[in-house]
Amino acid sequence: MKQYIGTVQEALDIVHIKEKAKEVRKLIIRMTYEAKSGHPGGSLSAADILTYLYFREMNVDPRNPDWADRDRFVLSKGHASPGLYAVLALKGFFPIDHLMTFRKLGSDLQGHVTRHVPGVDMTAGSLGQGLGNAIGMALAARLDGKSYRVFAMIGDGESNEGSIWEAALSANHWKLSNLIVFLDRNMIQLDGFTESILALGDLEEKFRYFGWATRTIDGHSMEEIAEVLDWAKYQNGPKMIIAKTVKGKGVSFMENNPDYHGKPPPDEKKFEQALKEIEEGF
Amino acid sequence: MVTGNLTWLPNLINSVERKSQREAYGNALEKLGVDRNVVVLDADLSTSTHTTIFQKKYPDRFFNMGISENNMMAVASGLANSGKNVFASSFAVFATGRSYDFVRQSVCYADSNVKIVATHAGLTVGEDGATHQIIEDMGLMTGLPNMKVLCPADAMETEEIIGYIYENRGPFYVRLSREKIPVVHKEKSFTFGKSELLRDGSDVTVIATGILVSAALIASDYLKSKGISVKVLNMATIKPIDREGILKAARETGRIVTAEEHSIYNGLGSRVSEVVAEGYPVTVYRLGVNDVFGESGKAWELMDAYGLNPLGIVKKVEEIMVARS
Ligand SMILES: Cc1ncc(C[n+]2csc(CCOP(=O)(O)OP(=O)(O)O)c2C)c(N)n1
Repeated sequence: MKQYIGTVQEALDIVHIKEKAKEVRKLIIRMTYEAKSGHPGGSLSAADILTYLYFREMNVDPRNPDWADRDRFVLSKGHASPGLYAVLALKGFFPIDHLMTFRKLGSDLQGHVTRHVPGVDMTAGSLGQGLGNAIGMALAARLDGKSYRVFAMIGDGESNEGSIWEAALSANHWKLSNLIVFLDRNMIQLDGFTESILALGDLEEKFRYFGWATRTIDGHSMEEIAEVLDWAKYQNGPKMIIAKTVKGKGVSFMENNPDYHGKPPPDEKKFEQALKEIEEGF
Repeated sequence: MVTGNLTWLPNLINSVERKSQREAYGNALEKLGVDRNVVVLDADLSTSTHTTIFQKKYPDRFFNMGISENNMMAVASGLANSGKNVFASSFAVFATGRSYDFVRQSVCYADSNVKIVATHAGLTVGEDGATHQIIEDMGLMTGLPNMKVLCPADAMETEEIIGYIYENRGPFYVRLSREKIPVVHKEKSFTFGKSELLRDGSDVTVIATGILVSAALIASDYLKSKGISVKVLNMATIKPIDREGILKAARETGRIVTAEEHSIYNGLGSRVSEVVAEGYPVTVYRLGVNDVFGESGKAWELMDAYGLNPLGIVKKVEEIMVARS
């Protein structure tokens, strides 16, 4: 495997991007605590990848969210909305204060992502549909002769759905080189651990058999995210990146704990503890 | 009973006794588990539907299918057609909408002994928002031949209905709420296919189902104080619908208001309208969700925002009184 050696500038960027990811995590905690509901676990596991994509990889313009040539992103595991909303706000798509209306009556920041929010490319929430949505966008780019890329993120629990595998077949069938997908392999779904509920086994191998270019990385390492995105540029066909992550990453009582799939910090003490641990890099 | 307070938030909803239908479901399943033929399936929502109560006691006869609702319905059918009495659970949006064709072919057309008991129906899902708030499920399920559709008014009626469907063969759909909902019944009173008279009255009949039955009672008591006599029927069986009960009400009061936490299309309101149109035409006003998706918000706040509360029923009654007098 080719070793990617970044530049000094990139090394500096990486320090900066890690700080951004911290901010994203704190906002995830604030939003869900304020809403007294929502999904911190899968947002925290996805936070580094989301931050990296929007701050270093994707060609997007916060002043022109509907720009026709922008790169697309589909958050198929739409319950990780706090993560995406936080990244979009920090990127400047809408004011950061607005995040505190999350899940409240009248707000556009719905519990699950909707494309009515500036910067959100696709509505999601019923699992198993976003990968197909991303394929549609990738096909449209081809039809229109456009060079934008389509990124997506799916969950490992979400990959229980048959529709994920239907989409896996079609992305390969149409050889969609402009499609890059992250699979958030945090090993937990709603009722518990993925391998005890419906064993997924070796997902890298499964997608490789389905014809995808596949790699496994540490989904919390900005260096590895950078490296794999560089790798992706040189692969034909759709790319599946299995990102090994920790559900609830950054907050000790949430890490690897299925209870925090859909539950914010229960009280002020836990809330403060979560913010502190994220700040100090627990 | 609270009179003069017609919106759920905040005083009313906290002043009435409320109980969880999904806990009632889990507890009922646990009791039925003594029958070794009972098998329970869930699709990665067992901690929310409370099928975990059954799982703890009878782990061998509980199957968590993962997040694959379609496959769950197909497998349920296979088990049922091998002699099992199968309960399959998920959120209402996934149990009916996601897996519709599987329910149609494998459960209904094959006439399989599968009981679909779904929780988190309607707007009261709350903060999760429109993706999870199905307001079309009763329509989807009612349209299927062989399917019977039930929507209990409270926890006690849920328990009775689970007992009933356990004893009766064939496809059933039972619609439950996420929220703890107001208690309507002090004692058992469920009869399959029959509406239940909760208040007698002569000016107008309110036919309600599920979570809005308690609202209808509050509205009825309030309207009584204003000199309007409201009959209240609890319609827990949506299919087969109680034609006789509906026509009797139409004849006796000449006006009907329906109330449901569901789209005004293809739910209780539509069914009642069909029956009176064919049998004894009177004016029917429907209270429900007016062909829009829901949104995020607190459960009872949403019910108020969409007018699905005692006040909403009072307004419909006042409108229909003017229209027909
Ligand atoms: C079709 C469908 N079925 C069920 C659900 C309910 N649900 C929401 S999140 C979730 C678990 C998702 O697990 P995973 O994809 O691993 O997400 P993550 O752990 O990354 O948060 C479930 C079952 C849903 N949203 N959609």
